[in-house]
Amino acid sequence: MNELLKSLTEAVGVSGEEKEVRLLIRDLIADHVDEWHVDAMGNLLALKKGTGASDLRVLVDAHMDEVGLMVTEFDSNGTIRFSNVGGFDDRALLGKVVQVGPKKITGIIGARPIHLTTSSQRNSVVKADAMRIDIGAKTKDAASAQLKIGDKAAFVTEYEELGPTAIGKAFDDRAGCAALIELLRVEPYPFDLHAVFSVQEEVGLRGAMTAAYAVKPDAALVLECTPAYDLPNKDDVSPSVALGKGPSIYVMDRTAIQDPRLVSHITATAAENDIPFQIRRPGGGGTNTATIQRSRAGVPTATIAVPGRYAHTPAMMINLSDYANVVKLAEATLRSLAPNIIQHSS
Amino acid sequence: MDSFELLKTLTETAGPSGYEQEIASVVKEAWAPYVDSFSIDRVGNLMAVKEGRGDPPRPRILLAAHMDEIALMVSQIDQHEGNGFLRISRVGGVDKRHLYGQLVVVHGQRQLNGILGCLPGSMLPKERSSLPFDFEDLVVDVGLPIEEVEELVSIGDFVSFRQPLRKLQGRRVAGKALDNRASIASVAYCLEYLTQRAHDWDVVAVATAQEETALLGAFTSAHSQRPDLAIAIDVTFGKGPGATDPGTFELGDGPVLDLGPNVHPGMLQALRDAAAALEMGIGIGTHARASGTDAHGLQVAREGIPTGLISIPLRYMHTMVESVDLADVERSGRLMGEFIARLDGEFVANLTAGMMEDGE
Amino acid sequence: MNDLIKKLVEAYGPSGFEDNVRELIRPEIEPFADELLVDALGNLIAHKKGDGSGLKVMIAAHMDEIGVMVSHITKEGFLRFTNIGGVYPHTLLGNRVQFADGTIGVIGSDRITERGAVHPLEKHFIDVGAASRETCPVNVGDAAGFLRPFLAQGTRLSAKSMDDRIGCVIAIETLKRLSETPHEVYFVFSVQEEVGCRGAQVAANRLDPDVGIALDVTTTGDVPEARPMAVDLGKGPAIKVKDSGMIAHVGLVKIMRQRAEEANLPFQMEVLEAGTTDARSIQISNGGTAAGCISIPCRYVHSQSETVDANDVENSVNLLVEILSKPIVL
Repeated sequence: MNELLKSLTEAVGVSGEEKEVRLLIRDLIADHVDEWHVDAMGNLLALKKGTGASDLRVLVDAHMDEVGLMVTEFDSNGTIRFSNVGGFDDRALLGKVVQVGPKKITGIIGARPIHLTTSSQRNSVVKADAMRIDIGAKTKDAASAQLKIGDKAAFVTEYEELGPTAIGKAFDDRAGCAALIELLRVEPYPFDLHAVFSVQEEVGLRGAMTAAYAVKPDAALVLECTPAYDLPNKDDVSPSVALGKGPSIYVMDRTAIQDPRLVSHITATAAENDIPFQIRRPGGGGTNTATIQRSRAGVPTATIAVPGRYAHTPAMMINLSDYANVVKLAEATLRSLAPNIIQHSS
Repeated sequence: MDSFELLKTLTETAGPSGYEQEIASVVKEAWAPYVDSFSIDRVGNLMAVKEGRGDPPRPRILLAAHMDEIALMVSQIDQHEGNGFLRISRVGGVDKRHLYGQLVVVHGQRQLNGILGCLPGSMLPKERSSLPFDFEDLVVDVGLPIEEVEELVSIGDFVSFRQPLRKLQGRRVAGKALDNRASIASVAYCLEYLTQRAHDWDVVAVATAQEETALLGAFTSAHSQRPDLAIAIDVTFGKGPGATDPGTFELGDGPVLDLGPNVHPGMLQALRDAAAALEMGIGIGTHARASGTDAHGLQVAREGIPTGLISIPLRYMHTMVESVDLADVERSGRLMGEFIARLDGEFVANLTAGMMEDGE
Repeated sequence: MNDLIKKLVEAYGPSGFEDNVRELIRPEIEPFADELLVDALGNLIAHKKGDGSGLKVMIAAHMDEIGVMVSHITKEGFLRFTNIGGVYPHTLLGNRVQFADGTIGVIGSDRITERGAVHPLEKHFIDVGAASRETCPVNVGDAAGFLRPFLAQGTRLSAKSMDDRIGCVIAIETLKRLSETPHEVYFVFSVQEEVGCRGAQVAANRLDPDVGIALDVTTTGDVPEARPMAVDLGKGPAIKVKDSGMIAHVGLVKIMRQRAEEANLPFQMEVLEAGTTDARSIQISNGGTAAGCISIPCRYVHSQSETVDANDVENSVNLLVEILSKPIVL
């Protein structure tokens, strides 16, 4: 059982309220870094000093936050209205269990029983604004005694391993966090490595923006968990990436074009080290690269990701060898990252 | 008896309709301290007898609580890029809108945990992209390569839902299969109550099989047991989000006594009297036609059996977050127990005579 | 076996009017049965005695077929009709039906204004060549079955009423080949399955069997744009796990599967989304019966060209003989 993935995915850190994850990671890295601090946004920044061989400043990012829900109002019958924090398909919410607020009060999201529905209701998607969180409170007062408006709710899923794969919530991006922690626990790199465990990625890549500004790196690497759609499909379309086929390398998405020199460096490193990899289908949702690469005068940035099925649902699935290979590839990429790779010849 | 712990064990045990062996053994353990004997019949009904104190032959009352739960079944094995995926069909009234993202267990050569997944709407055929994910789109993903899946899983294997029972505020709890394990627990309370109260009648407590698909256990157990009276105990609609209609009941306000064609009016009256004796609050539910419960099967067995129906209010029926109030579970058990303790040798005769009396 | 199949599938026998079929089956089984009985609803029951060590087993194959019944005769002599069992409107136009007395009719429909749309059943009529109500040889209440000759192409056999005369053939063949059995086996050629498994219900009430096995057809997933289903024509008998009316006894399913494996017979596992069989009635009868079903994969069920594979038929017989010759421990 991968205890790192277990503890990180089971911790709660809905965007804007990442404290539990931050404290957990702080404890996990404190003995392996030279300095750490928390900035005004809540990002956890850590410095792992290099051997002195190179004076590059390298930033490696993984975001701590996860998608979730937020309490917006209490109904008179004690149930709770909510809004989404981060992107959701409403279809992922019905019939799920959530943990709400700092006391982690158990709540459930139910719906009109099938027996009382019409055929057209059964064949329509229930919209999130028609759903309520039910914590078992009988009245508005009983509910508001336990929770306040603005409290966040996260899914409840225990981490488990199914042979080569693992199930859990929030692999996006605790898998990245775990990989970054592993990168901090090994021998020093030739250069100073600035680890950023960032906040608020899911609501607009916000944490990485200020962290990149503060670190002022020469190059950056983002560790992510990217959606895999490798399910049976009648149409011959790309699954984007597939589980078990190695780290997923971003080239372009809706928000950023990854630095081509870094991408080549990563793929070459993978080939040299016999690490499988897959190029993620261009397009779709972005990563913190979008804000880091446009920080100050610009930062060459690339993203390596663990493929994960069922992103933004209570239960994602990753392949454990993909995860191990992301760690391996990221480390090899960093160790061989020479200044000339990112210098433009003039 | 700790009702949360009891219900936790009962709800977390798998018991899809037609595949009740495992839950039957758990029910047996729960009832064992209070009964004299057990038997299991050829369709899988578990029957427990608690003998009355009168001289034999004693009249007998049958209590029916179904132990099966809604579930899924493997209908096809599919593959993609070397990985195995299972297509599924429903067992009982599963609401497809609740399936995406749920955790399941596949009962194959060994038990396999999995997730109900689906391609994102944008990758589905256009006509289905914004509809609830349907059975042709959903897959069970057990995270294994196709060779292993084919070795471990066969078409026709049962797939049950996986969701621990959790405590909510007050005495409410939430989980899967509270329909109808809440009633199985309630029968345990009834039997326990009867260890304290003398009763003349024999009690045959039946954990019925395949209620969700065919009311099978009610028809067959009433036929084989030939009881003089019967009570079905099941869940009814709790008032809550999405369900505020007449005929829904507040959780925690007590058991619901049903009236309607499946219920003998004399049984209803006697149950009301028992509730009054206990000073227990009850709700009254109505079914204009069939109740959709075991009461239907019990009532029409052989020459016909005077039947009553007790229901425990439950929110979000047929989902993995069904919710009940533990107080209702305990109360409905006491109510049945009190009803049984009050039965005497004249009860059935009086019931029949009551049908011929003028006025009310 | 094709001669027997042809004889049975071409026979007239809508639900409730199975006499012809019964009289064709009776001589086939008489020499092999220890007792024969026709009950009040018309079920034909053949008892094959066991050695006293086994269970009471009921095998059910239904004799009836879907059909139509005349509901009104127009002044001009056309017959409006209602369905007997699951008759689909899109199988009607241009087809022919036959009444008990041999009268043949062709099916026409009200004017079609929208090509591509199918009229509901009540907008169809039967034309028996009558010029008026008075001269019409058919009466309101007369039942008709479809008319379509048997077709064999290689191992593929097509006909109307394959559902479930092929089950009857399998029952007959099994009875013929079953030399010894530990079980008291009752082969029930049942009536009125297509209208709600009614014949099997009363037969099960009478027999109170320990085990019930229906022999019936099931749909397949192997034709273009079919509803996905893991049953193909020609890949062996299908052992039913679930249909929309029943979940088969898990222990019985296991035994059926085990017997197929031991005898190296091809088989498939069946999960059927829509439809049910006599096994449902047997299961819920009396104090409950361990029920299951051997299904014969069949394309175009409830059309006039229901198609099965001869190898599946042969292997269904083999499988049933295996099951019945050995002990059944549930």
